Amino acid sequence: MRQLKSSIAAAALAFFAAAGAQAADLKIGLILPMTGPFASHGKQITNGIKLYLAQNGDTIAGRKVQLIIKDDAPGTSGDVSKRNAQELVIQDKVDILAGFSLTPEAFAVAPIATEAKKPMVVMNAATSSITTKSDYIVRTSMTLPQTTAPIASWAAKNKIKTVYTIVADYGPGYDAEGQFKKTFTAAGGQIAGEVRVPVNSNDFSPYLQKVKDTKPDAVFLFVPNGPMGIAFMKGFQERGLAQAGIKLIATGDLIDEDVIDAIGDPALGVINSFHYSEAHKSPENKAFTEAYYKAYPNDRPNFMAVAAYDGMRLIAEALKKTGGDADAEKFIAAARGLKWMSPRGPVEIDPATRDIVQTVYIRKVEKVGGKLQNIEFDQVPEFKDPGKQ
Amino acid sequence: MAIIPSPVDLAPLRRAPAWRTAEYICWLLPVAAYFLFPTSLSLLSQMAITGLFALSLDLILGYAGIVSLGHVAFFGVGAYAAGLLAKYGYGDPLLGLAIAGTVAAAVGYLSSFLVLRGSDLTRLMVTLGVAMMLFEAANKLTEFTGGVDGLQGVDMKPVLGLFRFDLYGKTAYWYSVAVLFVFFWLARRIVHSPFGLSLRGIKQNVIRMPAIGAPVHARLAAVYTLGAAYAGVAGALLTQTTQFVSLDVLSFPRSAAVMLMLVLGGTGSLYGALIGTLVFMTAHHFLSNLNPQYWQFWLGAVLVLVVLFARDGIMGIAQTVIKRVRGKA
Amino acid sequence: MTIIFDGLAAGMLLFLISVGLSVTLGLMNFVNLAHGAFAMLGGYVCALLLSRAGVPFLLAVPIAAAVSAAVGVVLERTLYRRLYGASHLDQVLFSIGLNFMAISAAHYFFGAQQQPFALPDFLRGQINLPGLDVGIYRLFLIGIGLILAVGLQWLVSYTKFGAQLRASVDNPRAARGLGINVGRAFTLTFALGSALAGLGGALGIEMLGLDPSFPLKYIVYFLIVVAVGGSGNIKGSLIASLMLGLVDIAGKYYLPQAGAFLIYVVMVIMLIVRPQGLFGRTAAK
Repeated sequence: MRQLKSSIAAAALAFFAAAGAQAADLKIGLILPMTGPFASHGKQITNGIKLYLAQNGDTIAGRKVQLIIKDDAPGTSGDVSKRNAQELVIQDKVDILAGFSLTPEAFAVAPIATEAKKPMVVMNAATSSITTKSDYIVRTSMTLPQTTAPIASWAAKNKIKTVYTIVADYGPGYDAEGQFKKTFTAAGGQIAGEVRVPVNSNDFSPYLQKVKDTKPDAVFLFVPNGPMGIAFMKGFQERGLAQAGIKLIATGDLIDEDVIDAIGDPALGVINSFHYSEAHKSPENKAFTEAYYKAYPNDRPNFMAVAAYDGMRLIAEALKKTGGDADAEKFIAAARGLKWMSPRGPVEIDPATRDIVQTVYIRKVEKVGGKLQNIEFDQVPEFKDPGKQ
Repeated sequence: MAIIPSPVDLAPLRRAPAWRTAEYICWLLPVAAYFLFPTSLSLLSQMAITGLFALSLDLILGYAGIVSLGHVAFFGVGAYAAGLLAKYGYGDPLLGLAIAGTVAAAVGYLSSFLVLRGSDLTRLMVTLGVAMMLFEAANKLTEFTGGVDGLQGVDMKPVLGLFRFDLYGKTAYWYSVAVLFVFFWLARRIVHSPFGLSLRGIKQNVIRMPAIGAPVHARLAAVYTLGAAYAGVAGALLTQTTQFVSLDVLSFPRSAAVMLMLVLGGTGSLYGALIGTLVFMTAHHFLSNLNPQYWQFWLGAVLVLVVLFARDGIMGIAQTVIKRVRGKA
Repeated sequence: MTIIFDGLAAGMLLFLISVGLSVTLGLMNFVNLAHGAFAMLGGYVCALLLSRAGVPFLLAVPIAAAVSAAVGVVLERTLYRRLYGASHLDQVLFSIGLNFMAISAAHYFFGAQQQPFALPDFLRGQINLPGLDVGIYRLFLIGIGLILAVGLQWLVSYTKFGAQLRASVDNPRAARGLGINVGRAFTLTFALGSALAGLGGALGIEMLGLDPSFPLKYIVYFLIVVAVGGSGNIKGSLIASLMLGLVDIAGKYYLPQAGAFLIYVVMVIMLIVRPQGLFGRTAAK
């Protein structure tokens, strides 16, 4: 009897203690393309976020995390993204806006973050200027110039004198082309030719033929990741450009873990620069990839999942510093200068720009244990976004 | 008054039938919606805008029988016109609407020469081709349009100098609904005028119309231009209420979606366009919130069922029901 | 020289993936925008047989076509049949609805990522002749395309089935009066269209990729070919595809600035010059 009483008392105590400590739920509104051509982005990003919460518990600074996912497919129409953000703020009363896989999503929502005073955590979109669009934006992914410049410097240092650039004919393609040319020619390299390919082209034969006729040392490629990159590499192999002594260099999003298996063996030997590889050797990454495969046996972890995982970590760390207060000013103040060990390596939020500072690796595609992997062999540590300098 | 003939004879425009009770009720709904769903105003404004867009397609498809998969071209032209105007300092919303409508009408008039020939399939593809070319042009002119990243810096002035666009979307809502109402009212007058009737005649029997003295080609060009102007205004509204223009305003899926909404609601009746939009967007909204990953499946199922069991769209069902009820009474 | 060859191959691929639509749209007068969904089905069947079951490519392709045909028959019997008399707009609404369902289903079962796909070794690589590099798979596509084109033309124009089919489309009542089983003719034709879609989907993965958004991504290309070629005309589709492929590839080589404009400009000009398509029947609706 006494036992029962004490256990009831203990239960009651625990209940009240919990109730007393229970602050309002922490609502995080995610704006992501969950369907349509960029559905895989939404999947990887939600995977990363959920994995972090599963590992670290879904309570941050005493507040239970509640995720509200809004599909804004195709992700390229700003009006849908903006409407979703308005609904998240007004209807669902979220504390934090997060997600943002594509640049138009981030651009369209930035004014809402400013006006509603909500922190906005960008987990993928890579246009350099995004963080300047609102004072409440912080980014945990990468910027396009950040991943492009290192491959250009690497090429110039490694006996590649002439490069033919092939980029997709759209905004990010122009940015990549501009950054590559700037860094590469500044380092003494020469552009042998350049071409812009319509988005959604799937037959690269005319361009590859032209490259073959020009005989540069290497081809620099930037296209949106997905079928275009796959088609290019298959064509590159079919035409025997590698045998003709032409190297293929690119940014790593072209052959990230989500598409590399679809490319298959033609990806072997591609040299690229990027900030995350599944094959990155560190205890943090080992733990991350093992947990990822356990939770999602059918997917491979890629940079988007890591950026989302880190984004969630950033939210947790910042809120611990503010004591659970998600006020935009306080949150951003806490986020500035945060440093942690990510699965990709050491990262830091630049106190000045709220953008991520990270190591960018030079990698080569190899087969490890029957699996295609990006193997890192060189790196540029603590690399800031050159687009903002 | 009536003795002095006005330079433009407006009499034919006054032939529209008197408003019915059902119509009054219908237009009270937006007012009710404002109070019932104060937290969803941005969705409701976008419904009004898309409704106007569907209405513009109804003018050319439902009344004149011109099928178009590229109607989004004019929507996009209007959206960019309004966006660029505001970006370069002319942010007055009404001025933006007027200019966007005019520019879209001009593009519509020019392209009408390409479009008004050939069979349905040919028209579908030529309209689509025109839209895709504009899409590519906007994509390539990154400096000017922002390309895929979208046009930023669209700085809107308050409506009538009084009402600022706010976070809750109140101004955007009343503004969109008001513009929709004005243009709907105008469309209602137009389709009941002799001009509108001649369009229906063309749709029903294109060979006989010249025999009664109706210039078929000129009439079709006129209505195509009118539809383009309407679409341009809708595009401008979207730009002004979201202060952002994405390349998506010129995309094929948007063209296809508005066609779906119109057919769903029923072509050839102005209310069909509005009801189709309302139903489609509501279904889309709820399904995608319930199931962000696989909502398309259920939306597809709804479309299939509607076609199998309700041939003439929602307006068709409504009319059948009304007839039955009246028949019994 | 190589450019011409590549252009022909690209055109042949266009022909392979769109000829099925030409059959259903042109011969049956049904606007089946779900054509891409059947192609996607063929693609997934082929890719999965290859990667999971280890079936050889040359066997997987016909199986893919057969599965698409079978699904086509089931859907024709249960759903499509009810809509033969419906307006084109209703058919569009219906088949886009099917597309949405197919996209979600593919997403659910196979995930959103690109499917891995590798050709067998004997179809990879190039044969280098003086002045001409011949991609082996491209040659393979051209061969299959030509066989199909000739076969279909023969089937529609010279066999009893073709005659029955044309009669059924032009005047179903009279055809029924003559003892033609109109329903069966339509079912078979629909199966043929679906099989062709599945075949095109399976053969196209190498160059087009395969993910759930396939049905809507390439719909524009299917329609361009059918419109330019004149619907229901095998020869027209073939010539239109080859022309578009050539213009596209040559344009990209010699005039890369024109980019994506070229194909639309060519289409619009051709449709203005020949509004009924290259070989369109003026009587067709």
